[in-house]
Amino acid sequence: MTFSTEPFVLNFGPLHPSTHGVFRIKATLDGEVVLDIEPVFGYLHRGIEKLMEERTYTGGIPLTDRLDYVNSMTNNFAYCLAVEKLGGIKVPERAEYIRVIIAELQRIGNHCLAVGAMLNDAGALGTPFFYLWRQREKIYDLLEMLCGQRLMNNYVRIGGVSQDIPAEFLPAVMKFVPQLRSFLDEYDFFLMQNEILLARAKGVGILPPEVAINCGISGPVARASGIKRDLRRDDPYSIYQRFEFEIPTCEEGDCYARYRVRIAEMLQSLHIIVQAAQSMPPGATKADVPHLIRPPAGEAYGHIEGPKGELGFYVVSDNSIAPYRCHVRATSFINLSALRQMVRGWKVADLIIIFGSIDITMGEVDR
Amino acid sequence: MAVLDFAMNNSLPMQAVPPDWPGGYWWHWLFFTVVLIVFILTMVLGVIYIERRLLGRMQSRLGPNRTGPFGLLQAVADAVKVLLKENIVPSAADRVVHWLAPVVAFAPVLILMAVVPFQDGALLADLNIGVLYVVAISSVTTVGVFMAGWGSSNKYSLLGAMRTVAAVVSYEIPLVLSIIGVVLLAGSLSLNSIVLAQDIPFILLQPLGFFLFFTAGCAEINRSPFDLMEADSELVAGFHTEYSGMKFAMFYLVEYAEAIAMAAIITTLFLGGWRGPLLPPWLWFILKVVIVFFVMVWTRTTLPRVRIDQLMALAWKFLFPLALINLFVTAIQVLAWPDALPWIMVVINFAIMGVLVLAWSRFFKLGWGRVKV
Repeated sequence: MTFSTEPFVLNFGPLHPSTHGVFRIKATLDGEVVLDIEPVFGYLHRGIEKLMEERTYTGGIPLTDRLDYVNSMTNNFAYCLAVEKLGGIKVPERAEYIRVIIAELQRIGNHCLAVGAMLNDAGALGTPFFYLWRQREKIYDLLEMLCGQRLMNNYVRIGGVSQDIPAEFLPAVMKFVPQLRSFLDEYDFFLMQNEILLARAKGVGILPPEVAINCGISGPVARASGIKRDLRRDDPYSIYQRFEFEIPTCEEGDCYARYRVRIAEMLQSLHIIVQAAQSMPPGATKADVPHLIRPPAGEAYGHIEGPKGELGFYVVSDNSIAPYRCHVRATSFINLSALRQMVRGWKVADLIIIFGSIDITMGEVDR
Repeated sequence: MAVLDFAMNNSLPMQAVPPDWPGGYWWHWLFFTVVLIVFILTMVLGVIYIERRLLGRMQSRLGPNRTGPFGLLQAVADAVKVLLKENIVPSAADRVVHWLAPVVAFAPVLILMAVVPFQDGALLADLNIGVLYVVAISSVTTVGVFMAGWGSSNKYSLLGAMRTVAAVVSYEIPLVLSIIGVVLLAGSLSLNSIVLAQDIPFILLQPLGFFLFFTAGCAEINRSPFDLMEADSELVAGFHTEYSGMKFAMFYLVEYAEAIAMAAIITTLFLGGWRGPLLPPWLWFILKVVIVFFVMVWTRTTLPRVRIDQLMALAWKFLFPLALINLFVTAIQVLAWPDALPWIMVVINFAIMGVLVLAWSRFFKLGWGRVKV
């Protein structure tokens, strides 16, 4: 006796515990098996690119905070880099070092959230998430020390940073680094041996390197598929060529590889932070830039290796006080494009963990 | 009154009443019904508090600590809040099924406790088929859960309910097979006699049986890592997504009452029930139940959730063969060396368990499960 069955459509989101914001997946399921998905987004659209045309160049910085709200500082950094390229502004040495430290701190904070959220999606009921969250709180404390703000920092300025670091900042960073390093070793030790985690994540949601390249995927997701691409080394911006660091990659391209790459990247970021903190020169932290800058007419593209991948700002100037056009190469949005190919044929539970392993922020996807 | 006489002379609870009980059958019946309901309800409030505090501790946060001293009244406050909430029934729901589901789910848990002894002879009904009764009644809750999933006419609920049915049907088998080892040792199906037979707690004589029963029991009552029916990161709230107000409270109650009932049965079958030195027996019983519950909370905080096909694989490829081997080994031991020194048997059984679990986990892999589409 055979039963006739038919696929059915299940809506994940826009309000769902593991869509990391207001994302909607229209999944066609055959029982537990995912046949096809259709991502639907735009629920968080605020028109940030258009709003930036209405504001001065400096006034656009707070808007970039709201893009990928997990990594506000990194967004500030990328935007300011593009405007500096456009206006030919030279940034003082000390400001470059501060920028590197905060960019790496944000990378660690982002990966804490990414790994924790992925494990939460795997059903670990908050325990691994809360332990990483605690470390991320310490990073927020450090950022608060810099600019008095935890989220939406708005700290990086065109031509430098808004103010010099306080005297207690560097000692606090140097105290935080070994503590996080030993924590990560312990954390990784427990999770690497967890049989259920291995069964859930290993070999699940494989992203082949050629698909990753075709979709334009960057960052830890691409590096987990064996693509050794990192803008900090391939197109050194700021002062990254002065530091020693490795680019961790994995060949497998599954959820577990993405987890491993993120943990390894956190350790490399700690390495960079130590080097930068030890060799930080004294001096000015902001170039002499007017509040209303009028860059010469033209266009510039500034990109950095954000925590989620290549984050770029394309700014066009018509020699007025506001950009003529500003476009964001949103990492999360582009990384999302391979989701369909990754989840087809897996189970519902895998759909959630694969989606979690890409690590997206809806603020950046919808802009 | 011939019918009543016949019923009173032949029904099983009648024979189960201790002869020296004052007032006889009906008093016994009334007293233990009240005791069981009060026990379950107060224990649920207690274990909710224990679980939330433990979860907090293990996740490096505080847990509820604002309501009353040390947050002790948190569960009461939650209960009051949930009872005052609006009762929402989806317009597309099958109303009768939707209404009945919480009752069908809760009733079996309550009557399951009827055969669990709180101390020697202190139980509602000392059935001579107690173990069979436990196995039969404990799976009825699934019917309630499936009714909830079907009656809500919600796809999340339905998926959760389907998972539950699949899981319970599979895990029933290793569960029953691992009890038979205990029954062979005790030589009785009555839970009271099983406790009386435990001069050494059966967890020592049946370590593998305990392990299998605990795992299968966790899956049966859908505790993490097998909490697939309400997998909150996948199915929002699983089968009770569409429930609110008092009906939701019933399901919440079922979840914890089931955990207590399972802990009570594990205590009775493997941990020597109410037996223990110094303290009064009923206190020993409650203490052991809380300890078993603690282990359940511990696994819940520690382990991620397994996938549905992995859940099935674990039941059929890991627990089922081991349960069969365990039954076989126990039968040989009982038949061949009935008078062997128990402590020698303890050592032998632990060695067998270690070898079997290690050997099996070398060859056992949780499946990968990609389907070609």
